[in-house]
Parts: sequence; structure tokens; C-alpha cells
Amino acid sequence: MIEDVVSVKLPVMEQMTIKKNRFEPITKNGNEKRICIVTGVHGDELEGQYVCYELVRTLSENCHLLNGIVDIYPSVNPLGMDSIKREMPIFELDMNMIFPGSETGAVAEHIAAALIKDISGADLCIDLHASNIFLREIPQVRISEETAPRLLPYAKMMNVDFVWVHSSSTVMEATLSHSLNKIGTPTLVAEMGAGMRITKSYGDQLLDGIFNLMAKMGIWLGETKKVSHPIISTDGNVSIIYSEASGIYMPAIKHWAGISEGDHIGDILNPLTGTVEQQIFSPCSGIVFTLREYPVVYQGSLVARILGGC
Amino acid sequence: MNIETIFTLKSTYRDDFRIDGYRFGKGEKTCCIVGALRGNEVQQLYVCSQIIKALSNLEKKGNITYNHEIMVIPSLNPFSMNIQRRFWSVDNTDINRMFPGDSSGKTTQRIAAGIFDFIKEYQYGIQFTSFYISGDFIPHVRMMETEHKNVSLANLFGLPYILLRKPKPFDTATLNYNWQLANTSAFSVYTNETETIDESSAQTAVGAVLRFLSRMGVIKYQSHGGYMATTLEEEHLMSVHAKQGGIYRRIKQPGDEVEQDEPMAEILHPFDGSVLEVIKAPANGIVFFAHKSPLVLENSVVYKIIKRLHI
Repeated sequence: MIEDVVSVKLPVMEQMTIKKNRFEPITKNGNEKRICIVTGVHGDELEGQYVCYELVRTLSENCHLLNGIVDIYPSVNPLGMDSIKREMPIFELDMNMIFPGSETGAVAEHIAAALIKDISGADLCIDLHASNIFLREIPQVRISEETAPRLLPYAKMMNVDFVWVHSSSTVMEATLSHSLNKIGTPTLVAEMGAGMRITKSYGDQLLDGIFNLMAKMGIWLGETKKVSHPIISTDGNVSIIYSEASGIYMPAIKHWAGISEGDHIGDILNPLTGTVEQQIFSPCSGIVFTLREYPVVYQGSLVARILGGC
Repeated sequence: MNIETIFTLKSTYRDDFRIDGYRFGKGEKTCCIVGALRGNEVQQLYVCSQIIKALSNLEKKGNITYNHEIMVIPSLNPFSMNIQRRFWSVDNTDINRMFPGDSSGKTTQRIAAGIFDFIKEYQYGIQFTSFYISGDFIPHVRMMETEHKNVSLANLFGLPYILLRKPKPFDTATLNYNWQLANTSAFSVYTNETETIDESSAQTAVGAVLRFLSRMGVIKYQSHGGYMATTLEEEHLMSVHAKQGGIYRRIKQPGDEVEQDEPMAEILHPFDGSVLEVIKAPANGIVFFAHKSPLVLENSVVYKIIKRLHI
């Protein structure tokens, strides 16, 4: 059943509405578990669109296999998604920097608060992101050290390649996931692919994980596929490589491939002078789980993340 | 006056990104004044240019006092300003959400770190900034309510109001918040405009900064006394929300007194011009903030009112 979560009248004859599709068991006993799948906080992240489509399609065709409640929010920043903008248009705000919002605050904060209210109390929430247009990511789940004891068992069921347990000091406090975890609604952040793109293979991989997770929670009674065991790592095992020059990045490596210390990662080129501004070499051995997708770089642009540490 | 380059970043397709500062006087790092962090903060840039002009004249006359140094940085984001974007020209991130920065991190974290490492040594920090909602304020000094806040110093600007804001999660990466944490007495000064120049409120802001510097003994300057400021807590301001979306016709301006049920604004149907809503004052008070954009969304905060408790 499609429901409105929050709705705002725009100035010229239009309504901005965040919608969800709720699936419930045919017969309810009142004690059903509830899972929320949220995506589109950033309007340029589309990987979750295919996941939502497949989830809705499968659940619609198999209502009899449902033993819990599934709420699917395909686009919580609908104006951003429609206008190919990462931020919330009008306010120019990164929606993932305004949670938990405020019911009496400005429009963006009001929308954020309404979303939190709707999700709160769920047994689990998955906030599904792609990377931005600059980077490509393998399917992964990110959780903070603080929430790891509670969330790691769920993360392992998600059929992702990698679970990144990052330090509490790097947690962005105004995100949807942090705000929900803080009020006791366990929330995982899943990330995969690149901005403005849909990678079907990643979507299929994650869908297997979501159904596996729902089955383990007792929400889904249908068949599930065998899921892989992710690599679990902390910040200490992740090396982040930034560009130290401005120019055009030409990669010399492949995404999600092994790399040895000293291997050539790529070059930063100057197309006007025909010179190589920087040659980048790997500081450690490991696997490249993040790789730059957008070629133009400045000093400080993220080029790669390597799982393996130094 | 000395002009010095505080931070540079090489660019492939444009001139190199450069942040310049104007140094007045010599000696202890007394006061740093920061202007536009966002590319659309033209009023903030203008105010700084007028402060630089005034300090240049004072310095020529020997009116910067001994052992005091003042630094003015008019624009911290000229790249975005030159292409008329509010946030960082490449990835649209907000430098004012990157403090204290990271010198080996992402580009905007490096810019924030480059600025912050330079300005954190100053005893007083003054930032001209803008609000994320389109609108006008009564000129005021705003401070984060941390254990480092110094309200009595904020009074020396002589502006009518001091506003204390309880930091929300997204405030913890702003310049004002981190300046306070680094033991700089930090003040944000809000004037009327952002993208256009409002001469009157700009001169009010320039006067307030010169008054502050004069009262702190940093400059010799004759100014009128200004206001005895009223200190407000942001959460005590009364928000007035629009119940409709449409064309916004503002009736009451910042600084106006309003009486309960007095019309403050109208929202018109965008096509037939009929009045969809008359926004009325919910209480007696003074308009502190007023929405500016000619269009308005449902549930927008269109006014913030200082409620008069004694009436």
C-alpha cells in the first residue's frame, strides 16, 4: 500500500510528497517485525532505485510469504532525484546533514523530522546509498564502532563484500543513520556503485542479502540464496589515497582488485602542458574497494581506498 | 597594511585558488575578521571591503594601537563567488561544514584546515555569514552557546541584539563553533542581505566592528555608543509558519513591532492572485527575521518574533 510520509505544498501548484510502499502479511498478529528500506537521501544516488523496484516487485508477487512489515522509501529527496541534484533543491542542503530535524523548524528540518518519526520503532532500517559521481564503491556496509556490537550481526547477513567499522570520531552526527541509531532504531548504511548510475549486478547482490536478512529476522518466509561472508575491517586497515596535484586522473588499476605495496595506482596529468603532475603508488598491499570515477581532480580529491592498511 | 596569501590550491583549468588576508598593525594576534565563506555572500564581502578601507585610513593616521594586529580575510571562497555558486565549485560541499578541517583530507577539508590553522591563534574572531533560509534579520551578533561563549564581549559591538544558539549536530563543523573550541572569542555578525548589497546594514556592521575594536583598545576611533544589547536565546524566538504555498507578499519588516493578530504577510494563489492565507502575528512582539523570497513553500518559517513578555 502506497502511503504519504510527509507532504509540502510548493509555491506553484505542486505538492512535494515523500512516499513509501508498505507490505504487510495477509494475516497479522500485532507482533510483526518491521524493516525499513530507505534510499535517495542524495538525489544523485540511483543505485537504490533498482533495489527498490525489485523488492517491491517480488513482495507484490509473493505477499503470502511475508511474515512481517516491509516499508520501502524509494526516494526521500524526490526533488533532488528529479532535478539530478545531490542536495535538496530550494534549500541547497545536504539532507544527510540535517537529521534528526525539527517538527517546528524550517521546511527541510520538518521533512527530516517527519521521516525519522515514520521510521522510528522499526526493528531494522537500511539506508541505501550509492557513492557520489566522483567515486565507485564495491557493495559494502558502514557502521560505527559504537553501534558495531548491535549492528554487525545484521551487516554480515547483507551479502556485501565488505563491512567497514569506522571510528566514532568520523561519524557524521547529523545523518539519518546516526539519528536513528541514537533513538534506538538499528540502522545500517549500505553503499555501492557510483553516483548517477545503476549497477545491476550490485543491486542483485544486495537484494539477495536483504532477503536473507529478512528471512533471518522472520519477516520473509520465501527462499533465499546463500550469501557470502564479508571482509570486516576497521579504520586501521583502510588506507585512503588523496591526489596531491590538480589535473586529470588516469587510473592504472582496476576496481576491487588486489594491489601490492609500490604498485602504480595512476597518474595525474596536465592536458595543457602534457606533463605528469603526480605519479601515485600504493602505500600498502591490499584490495582497492573505492576507486575514483570522475577524472578531474584537485589536491585533496579522493583517488582510492585500499583495504589492507599500512 | 600588508596583503598576504594564506592558502593556495593549484587548479588545472583556472587561476590557482588563493585566499588573501589584509594585515593591519603589528604585534599580538588580536582580531581576525572573516568575510564570505560561501560564493553568494556578496554583502559579507562588501562589509569586509569597507572595514579594510576604514582600517587603512586609521592605520595611515597611526590609530592602530601598539602591539595589536588585525587580520581581515574578505573572501575565503573566491572560486565559487566567481561562478556564482554558494558552495565549493567542484563538489558543492560547504566549507563552513568542514571545520576544523584536515590538512591531509578532502579538498574542502584542506581549505578549512589551511584557514583554521592560520586564524585560530587570534584572540577575537568575527565572521560575517548568512543563514541557510532566505530572509532578513535585524542586525545582530550570534554566538554558539558553548562553555567558551563570552556574552559581555558581544555587547561591545553595540548592536541591538545578541542571539545565543544551542549547537545542533550540524553546527559542530562550523567556523564559529570550532573557533570557540580553540579559545578564540568568536562572534558571527548577521546583516540584512546576502546576494545583494544593503548599504545601510553594511554600514551598521562596519560601525559595529570598529566600535568593538575601539572598546577593546585595538584602534583609536570615535563612535557613537550603539545599543545596550538584549540577549536572546534562539529557542525562545517564536517561529511563524506558512500554511500555504504560493506567492509571498511581505507586509512586516525586520525590526517592526507587531500586535497579536495583526497581518504580517499574505500568500497569494500563483495563478489567480487570490489570497490563500493572511499570516497574522501570533503574539505581540518585534520581527527578528522575515522570509524574503517572493515564493514560499507550505510550512516555511516566514517570521521569527521576539515575543514581548511584559505586555
